[in-house]
Amino acid sequence: MVRVAITGGTSGLGLALVREFTRRGAQVAFVARHHDRVEQVAREIAGTHGIAGDVSHKDEIHPIALQIAGELGGLDVLINNASDLGPVPLALLADTDCEDFERALATNLLGPFRLTKALLGALATSAREGGAPAVVNISSDAAVNAYPGWGAYSASKAALRHLTAIWQAELESTGIRFLSADPGDMDTPLHALAVPDADRASLKRPEQSAVEIADAIEALRCVVC
Amino acid sequence: MLAAHLPVQRHPAAKLLAADGAGALRHLPRTQFPALLRSGDLVVANDAATLPASLAGTHLATGQPIEVRLAARESLAPAAVRHFTAIVFGAGDFHQRTEDRPLPPALGTGDALQLGPLRASVERLLGHPRCIALRFEGTPDEIWAGLARHGRPIQYAHVDQPVHLWDVWTPIAGPPVAFEPPSAGFVIDWRTLAAIQDRGARFATLTHAAGISSTGDPALDARLPFDEPYRIPAATAEAIRHSGRVIAIGTTVVRALEHAAIGEKLVRPGEGLANQRIGASTRLRVVDAILSGTHEPGTSHYELLRAFAGDATLRRMDAELESHRYRTHEFGDSVFILG
Repeated sequence: MVRVAITGGTSGLGLALVREFTRRGAQVAFVARHHDRVEQVAREIAGTHGIAGDVSHKDEIHPIALQIAGELGGLDVLINNASDLGPVPLALLADTDCEDFERALATNLLGPFRLTKALLGALATSAREGGAPAVVNISSDAAVNAYPGWGAYSASKAALRHLTAIWQAELESTGIRFLSADPGDMDTPLHALAVPDADRASLKRPEQSAVEIADAIEALRCVVC
Repeated sequence: MLAAHLPVQRHPAAKLLAADGAGALRHLPRTQFPALLRSGDLVVANDAATLPASLAGTHLATGQPIEVRLAARESLAPAAVRHFTAIVFGAGDFHQRTEDRPLPPALGTGDALQLGPLRASVERLLGHPRCIALRFEGTPDEIWAGLARHGRPIQYAHVDQPVHLWDVWTPIAGPPVAFEPPSAGFVIDWRTLAAIQDRGARFATLTHAAGISSTGDPALDARLPFDEPYRIPAATAEAIRHSGRVIAIGTTVVRALEHAAIGEKLVRPGEGLANQRIGASTRLRVVDAILSGTHEPGTSHYELLRAFAGDATLRRMDAELESHRYRTHEFGDSVFILG
């Protein structure tokens, strides 16, 4: 049974991914900041492992990794999904507080780097045992396009996208696959914070993106399986 | 030898003393370990991550402070985290040598222990006032969360500063099942893995729940190592069958592979419980060489080295380690012995 860990797993795309992988028969652990909400989701989606923690905090990375690898007995797929928008409401870069920029980098770039590094041993073990492991970093079209007002988020996602490419280049021979996935503009709490007056009917449903990402991961893992 | 007192896994000046099969010795920078390999060799490491096995708390019947050190369990199964063998200390912390730590209050069957958010009880005493069978309350996920939030890695009096999980997880650490780090594996970073490949050698892993290395109590230390569960992947067993020399990274790898040995260069894949002692009289059937830390004569780790080299060679190595000021303990220098 494939073992999957998803950060930011209690809302939006993350929650949809928890549901989708559970539906596909995976063993799922998910991470989110708020303990009560984690417990609620773990109760709602039977068989999942809920882990309370904040990937933007350096000191919480190893306790999170310990619970992921401990409760699942290893790891095959890591999805770094937890994201921070930066300033809310969105602001021009020149008006962006440094603290908001730092928080976006901590959540969207440093968190995925640290958590991936802490779990790299478990993923490499999976590779040696034929588990075809994959790390998926949730990206955005803002990672490649310069949209005014999205500076902090955009810069952090651009760096994450490049980080993903470097991981892939350096660890090619280990059999661990790295993928940037752009889920599109979805009807999620994060999008509502960014564009409060968006026409929700025009936005993609996160469940649809979750299916696409799960399909992409299965295809990626089958290249090596 | 000098105690390595900083929690630095790969000290830039780390040294390696290598003994070949004829007992000839040479010193080299430890980063050059791959130079000792040749095409066809198989390097096997223990991929166990280390548990935060030290839990401060209270013996509820007396209100006395205690420190519980989880020391062993019977299975590697993720959900099998309710039952542990544990060593209990009285008041004090890691700045005191374990030899000087007071006994815990008198422990009895059924005594409740509050360990941060975790509630546990004494299932029974295991023949010593410090050694208990411990049972945690709660679901496996609650126990994992409690360990993650409250536990700390077992600390060392010879290391000046607190040791964190990231200090003791090797770069290849995967399943968190070890009670103390399989510290020989500190040498294996990702650059070294590439260098091993460049030599035409291969790399494989097993998972072995490395137990507590010492308790500071002679009667308990004489019972070490406790039984240790391990798992050998089928791919590793297969690689061994087709390998040239098998190089074990650390004593735990030797213990697991030799326990699982069913013939020359043949091991049974899957889970097992290593319960044997390895020493001068052990005939090794799988492992040809060991990379290990530097060990003091009389310890169980040193005894294991006697399976690889005669006492005359080991004595010459001890003298070289002393005269070249090698550092010992978890974060110290290393030896390589070809049997």
